[in-house]
Amino acid sequence: MSECTDCRSCPTAPEPGILQSDARPKAVALIGPPNSGKTTLFNRLTGLRQKVANFPGVTVEQHSGMAELPDGRTARIIDLPGVYSLSPRSEDERIAHDVLTGAHPGTEKPEAILLVLDSTNLHRHLMLAAPILSLGVPTLIILNMADDLRNRGGHLDLPALEAQLGAPVALISARQGEGVERVWEFLAGAMPAPDPIELPVLHDVPKCRQWAGRMGAHASYLPPAPPKWTRRLDSVFLHPVGGPLVFAAVVLLVFQTIFSYAKPLMDGVTWLFEASGNWFAGQIPWPLVRSLVEVVWVKGCGSVIVFLPQVLLLYMFIGILEDSGYLARAALIADRTMARVGLQGKSFIPLLSAYACAVPAIMATRTIENKRDRFATILIAPFMTCSARLPVYLLIIAAFLPDRPVLGRFVSTQTAAMLGLYLLGFVAAVGTARILKSSILKSGRTPFLLEMPSYRWPTWQSIGLRLVDRAKVFLRRVGTVILVVTAILFVLTKLPLVHGAAPPIENSLAGTIGRTIEPVIRPLGFNWKIGIGLITSLASRETIISSLGSIYGMDPSNKAGLRQALRRDLTPGGALALLVFFAFAMQCVSTIAVVRRETGGWKWPALQFAYMSVLAYAGAFLAFHIAG
Amino acid sequence: MQLNVNKSQPETLFATLVDLRRGDAAVLDRIDLPGDDARRLMELGFLPGATVVAAQSAPGGDPRVFRVDGSEIALRRETARRLKVRPSKKATR
Repeated sequence: MSECTDCRSCPTAPEPGILQSDARPKAVALIGPPNSGKTTLFNRLTGLRQKVANFPGVTVEQHSGMAELPDGRTARIIDLPGVYSLSPRSEDERIAHDVLTGAHPGTEKPEAILLVLDSTNLHRHLMLAAPILSLGVPTLIILNMADDLRNRGGHLDLPALEAQLGAPVALISARQGEGVERVWEFLAGAMPAPDPIELPVLHDVPKCRQWAGRMGAHASYLPPAPPKWTRRLDSVFLHPVGGPLVFAAVVLLVFQTIFSYAKPLMDGVTWLFEASGNWFAGQIPWPLVRSLVEVVWVKGCGSVIVFLPQVLLLYMFIGILEDSGYLARAALIADRTMARVGLQGKSFIPLLSAYACAVPAIMATRTIENKRDRFATILIAPFMTCSARLPVYLLIIAAFLPDRPVLGRFVSTQTAAMLGLYLLGFVAAVGTARILKSSILKSGRTPFLLEMPSYRWPTWQSIGLRLVDRAKVFLRRVGTVILVVTAILFVLTKLPLVHGAAPPIENSLAGTIGRTIEPVIRPLGFNWKIGIGLITSLASRETIISSLGSIYGMDPSNKAGLRQALRRDLTPGGALALLVFFAFAMQCVSTIAVVRRETGGWKWPALQFAYMSVLAYAGAFLAFHIAG
Repeated sequence: MQLNVNKSQPETLFATLVDLRRGDAAVLDRIDLPGDDARRLMELGFLPGATVVAAQSAPGGDPRVFRVDGSEIALRRETARRLKVRPSKKATR
């Protein structure tokens, strides 16, 4: 290229821009205020080609994905955090600002920006267009929720707005897919730099709002009528009496579904897994390998995999509640409780997501500006009943508690027990927050602001993508951590060899370790087999199931399943103690690692681990002695 | 609409968002909060001169949802108290 001075006139040379994008897909940033439908558009553009990582150096989640353009090239879409402005005050805004200006180390400066705004709330959302357009980066302004705007009688003149803003504007519905071809055209096209007629003084919020108002007036923007259905639904969901009742009913329905209605699904998975696993093991000619596959994979990992339907159901419910807009109402109803323990409303969303998994929840605390509030939220998040505890609870409850109706047909004893355990974790979290906020993490309050989005139907596409993602995470963990730990355990049960044969399990290395710690856990009602399970569950909670599954699975006389075997080894008091232990203990290497990274040292995770372990031991001890 | 505008002390001269009942409307006058907090509220539409309508609340009246500039934003009582308002001419119930 160095000898050729004018590439454009040369018919054989490719255009410089294309050469570069062939080697590396062009980077495009997706930005917008919260509730603008940014994620829906991101899902529509990238589908299953998504990747979740952290921004280099910081732990705000970075979603990026590949979008295949109509001309065969690809674009890398970077989904930035939802922000109201680009003035760097919170971590989210700082990152959005730095990525867009190319100042973020390790992230390439985007070649173009997709700015997503809610067309039903144009004036307020257009305020974000001012700082974005002033960056001078090619920008497509996407006015989302076109269907809502139309249905509620709103209107605007698109060409007039384009002329005023000096940038292309697309009116789309990311949910319906309407108008999305304009986004594709922009990505594949020339992407000119914006040339707005006027821009306001960026640091003056009232001036920005006046500017947005003028832009809307030029485009003869007619705001839509108030959302009728949202008002109607809110008069039920936020009713002083009805609201909390609906909240309780929603929670009950979720648990009852996970418990009872998921049973056929679970039985199906069990049958499928055992049949295929046993068939596969039967094809293996070497006895030792065959027994390894049978014990570790079928009996061990298989006993965890059967809980996949329940875990996915939980994620499906969380997804529906989130996408429909109900979660914001639930946060509103629950806010008083948060305030009473000294936490601010912003802690609520991370804590809710901790019901799925504590790791993303702890990363989500980055949105809390106040450092002491943030640390308090990090420290209590692992008490929330995460989806890894779910299989353990399901197994033990199903083994020890007969299923009888309590409140009519809809609430059974097992559902009630499950709810009790979720409540136990919540009470421990709230109590701990109270202690922390009135002692070492005392702080002043920052205002609580929570936007109530309009209700919307969740789309199967968005929920489905999340379920596929979670299923992958779940199966990957079973196939890596749980499989490895269970395999190591299998080896430890076969050693040391006595006269060339495996010893009885009590005398094996694993048995010896179990019997060594037995005196410590005997007061909780656990024997050495449960002890081995507890040790392996340090890697990840569900591993106790695969460990016990493989320990019991090695015993050829044990024809009955894991539940019957557990009933032989645990008294009802011991079972209760085990549940309490799992509710409180911090058995999760990933959580410890993420807390260390987020708090910048070992001090907080060490304190947290010690505190939760002591609480777990004391709680289990009490449970065993009161129930036994 | 009932607003405490007749008290003699200067700091109670203005009513606040807390004084609004459900359905009441008022015009926002000023925000008595530190710069960053006030800015955040302004970005959400709580600008001086904007009409604010009180809507539903959590049980017990705290936090309460306010309609402003096309959005619905929930504020805790402790924050709503810092937003001073003057009566709106077109109070809607």
